[in-house]
Amino acid sequence: MKIKLFYFARLKETLKYSTEDLELTDSTVTILKLKAILAKRGDVWGQMLMGKLKVRAAINHELVDDKAMIKDGDEVAFFPPVTGG
Amino acid sequence: MTVRVQTVDFDISHEINQLRQSRKDIGAVVSFVGLVRDLNEGDDVSQLTLEHYPGMTEKSLVAIIAQAKHRWRIMDALIVHRVGTLLPSDQIVLVIITSAHRGDAFSACEYVMDYLKTEAPFWKKEENSTGSHWIDAKSSDDEARDRWNIEK
Repeated sequence: MKIKLFYFARLKETLKYSTEDLELTDSTVTILKLKAILAKRGDVWGQMLMGKLKVRAAINHELVDDKAMIKDGDEVAFFPPVTGG
Repeated sequence: MTVRVQTVDFDISHEINQLRQSRKDIGAVVSFVGLVRDLNEGDDVSQLTLEHYPGMTEKSLVAIIAQAKHRWRIMDALIVHRVGTLLPSDQIVLVIITSAHRGDAFSACEYVMDYLKTEAPFWKKEENSTGSHWIDAKSSDDEARDRWNIEK
């Protein structure tokens, strides 16, 4: 399945990615699984997505937890806890 | 209800007048304006840059207002949030709530800010004498939001 990924704030800056299209061979992928797949890309990916830093995720603009399932065509975003206002 | 994310400044008087227009049933207008301070956790702040997630931001602000409307008798609500580079004393965020009576408007305004601070996808990067760094989320903001689930 194909998904669109977005990264924001510290994640965007450290990973040096703001967005990417990703093709996944597995058809049942949770947020946690996707983090693990991305973490395999190397040091900063592991540190940012599976390390000590808190990472929040959204699927199609809705905040979700690690157990949320990703479907074909979804827009998935990873970002630090929000600090607006 | 209206939500806007913009780089330009806002004028609270103009926004209140827009909400009131020709309505004569509004008994209370409560507003909140958040400002950039020149000091944060002991550091001098020279500027602040705000990033957001276009699309999700607007949806989350609309959802927060909808929750407030569900909980209190409010007539209308406006949220304006600025993004981009801001300087100390600049206005960052505006929330205005109109209602028949002050109690609902006061509570709804505080509720909207507590949820905005913990759920709307904005991120602040601060510039000070030691360089620039992303501001960490505060647990006190989560606590401020969570008390709405305990209080009536």
